[in-house]
Amino acid sequence: MDTRRTRTTAVIAALTSGALVLAACGDGESADSAEAGETAGGQTTLTVALFGTFGYEESGLFEQYMEENPDIVIEYESTQGEDKYWPALQTKLNSGSGTADIQGIEVARISEVTANQADLWTDLRDTAAGERVADYVDWKADAATTADGQVLGLGTDIGPMGLCYRSDLFEEAGLPTDPAELAAQLGSWEDFLALGEQFKAGAPEGTAFHDSAGGLYNAIVSTEEQIYYDASGELVLESNQALRDAFDLAAQAGQDGLTAKLEQFVDPSWDAGFGSGTFASIACPSWMIGYIKGKAGDSGSGKWNITTLPGGQGGNWGGAYLGIPAASEHKEEAAELIAWLTDAEQQAAVFANVGNFPSNTSAIELVGDTTDEYFQGAPIGEVFTTSAQNAPTQILGPNDGVAKNAMVQALLSVEVNGVDPADAWEAGVSQVLNQVR
Amino acid sequence: MTSTVPVRPATSPLPPTEPHPAAQPPRRTLRSRLFRWEATSAPYVYVAPFFLLFAAFGLFPLVYTVWVSLHEFRLNAEMTWVGLDNFVWLFTNAKFYNALLKTFTIGVLSTVPQLLLALGLAHLLNYRMKARNFFRISMIMPYATSVAASTLVFAQIFGRDGGFANWMLSLVGIGAVDWRNGDLAAQIAIAVIVTWRWTGYNALIYLAGMQSIPYELYEAASLDGASRWQQFRYITLPGLRPTILFTVVVSTIGATQLFGEPLLFGGGVPNGGAVNQYQTVGLFMYQQGWQYGSLGRAAAVAWVTFVLIVVLVLVNTAVVRLRTAQRLTEGEDR
Repeated sequence: MDTRRTRTTAVIAALTSGALVLAACGDGESADSAEAGETAGGQTTLTVALFGTFGYEESGLFEQYMEENPDIVIEYESTQGEDKYWPALQTKLNSGSGTADIQGIEVARISEVTANQADLWTDLRDTAAGERVADYVDWKADAATTADGQVLGLGTDIGPMGLCYRSDLFEEAGLPTDPAELAAQLGSWEDFLALGEQFKAGAPEGTAFHDSAGGLYNAIVSTEEQIYYDASGELVLESNQALRDAFDLAAQAGQDGLTAKLEQFVDPSWDAGFGSGTFASIACPSWMIGYIKGKAGDSGSGKWNITTLPGGQGGNWGGAYLGIPAASEHKEEAAELIAWLTDAEQQAAVFANVGNFPSNTSAIELVGDTTDEYFQGAPIGEVFTTSAQNAPTQILGPNDGVAKNAMVQALLSVEVNGVDPADAWEAGVSQVLNQVR
Repeated sequence: MTSTVPVRPATSPLPPTEPHPAAQPPRRTLRSRLFRWEATSAPYVYVAPFFLLFAAFGLFPLVYTVWVSLHEFRLNAEMTWVGLDNFVWLFTNAKFYNALLKTFTIGVLSTVPQLLLALGLAHLLNYRMKARNFFRISMIMPYATSVAASTLVFAQIFGRDGGFANWMLSLVGIGAVDWRNGDLAAQIAIAVIVTWRWTGYNALIYLAGMQSIPYELYEAASLDGASRWQQFRYITLPGLRPTILFTVVVSTIGATQLFGEPLLFGGGVPNGGAVNQYQTVGLFMYQQGWQYGSLGRAAAVAWVTFVLIVVLVLVNTAVVRLRTAQRLTEGEDR
């Protein structure tokens, strides 16, 4: 009896483990073949890894491309935070494997790519994407070109600046809600802070004027030509007076209680604040439109509006490129996809959907009269085109991303931890020098 | 001629190795040599797979980290020798001491309540009660969740504006606390996440330890008129001493390595808050290596952390030995 039971148990155990082993082997094989990019039907799988909201998935462009090109399968993944995306990408680039066929590169990082990583990325001039290079505004294309002329990235969007606000909250606080009226009242950033004080006096409970001091700071520096680096490539973080003024102004706004003290992109309360009205205004590079629509959802439709920066200044915050890591095994197919995605029509479609402003010159002409229902019919095409035209050509440097993050963290410490602005500035500067060394 | 060949079973595992089957002496020597060799080396061969893996994935990285810590090694660049510069930088860096302090405070905040709670829970679960097994099993469930998932959920719970924690506080009239950005508040929040995860695990370990305390002791104590609390203090606690030591050591090691919870609580950025208010040593190392790209310095931090943990465990053990020696010399007065 015992022997039979033992034997039965042994047989069942053997069969189960055999089945598990076979299943494991089988899964391994199919996963491997998908990784190798060749499935049974002779299709090529292209992996695309981006950050934030590039708008391709949201605008259905990947679907469209796969329909038009049945031999291509696109696998897309996106990390919300660029500051987490970039270190992860660096590790993969360093090890030479694990990178996708197409990787996004933010404008704050492109300078480092062209300066130090020319051998880790593909020169797009040698591929199908090479013919696109001439379609761009000069500064956009130049930023992705190395000293000896290699083009490492194709521009996707730029970030012309506007100011987005909740017209219903402004009305409650007794502020003007018409974009033209507001623009007339906002001659400078000091006027903006004064408007903030007015809002604070009349605002409903639990609502702040602006979302964060860091966002305000980024808006102010976006109008500058020289930010962290000068034309000769020197880090001018400590000597740039305009930078220090922007920092001090944002710190003052934080100390005066004009901000909601939220860390942009990371704090769950920031995500929720779009819909719940925790803040009434936010610095609005064109890609922020996608965030507003995504976070506030349908219930936010018709509550937001957009006006120009104080004094009608033009500015640029953000923008990105698409590059092909050198380790990719499908460079030609990836280049074709990049060329298609950055074509004028596609860039215009993305703008209509998520507000990412095109960098392709023909696309810019296409979007000139786009309006957005969500923003009460605001002429977003016009607002952003004007801002883009008025924006100075910014000087980029390898550690722009590092400096930006450090300054934003320093301003957060002023807002929530009560750190003195002068001390916070010193801490931010030392953090940058620590990393740059 | 007497046979001096050792008596072997008919099915010998050793194949015949001699070309001259008639020659007894050579076969005997080689065979017995092989037999002796197998007897002495078998244990090592059986353990070899583990040790080979350990050498490759445990020992080599340990030694290589020392090597890296003596160089300046930036991601995507060459290593350059700098000797002990990284360690000098480390010990003169205020942020390192801040990280050590935060690791200590978060460690104490998470370990002490956790172990006390676990002890209490185990004591309660030791009684006969309905659905005892259900409670015992459900206690281990937090341990089975993933660190990332639970921390992200807790980050939402501890959100300033819409979080569950602040809502509960508002029910008793306390204003909204900024958990993410506060100093002590953030540390308490992280301690809550860690406590939630590990209390059940430690409670089950204590429960197992309690099973080995003889029931006669409790009987004798209650006959002598001892209350439940006195029984707990004078029978349960001393009986659990080895178990308590084990959990203290494991919790200390775990607290020193705290990484996932503070990282994800801060939104995936390793600076541990705008003023590094909850940056543990693990986060500090990650920040140096992957945010700042300086792997040499990260390696230095890693090694100093390792030495720290070893020292802590040795101190722990020494204290326990001292206490045990004290008790033995004082005699059995309990």
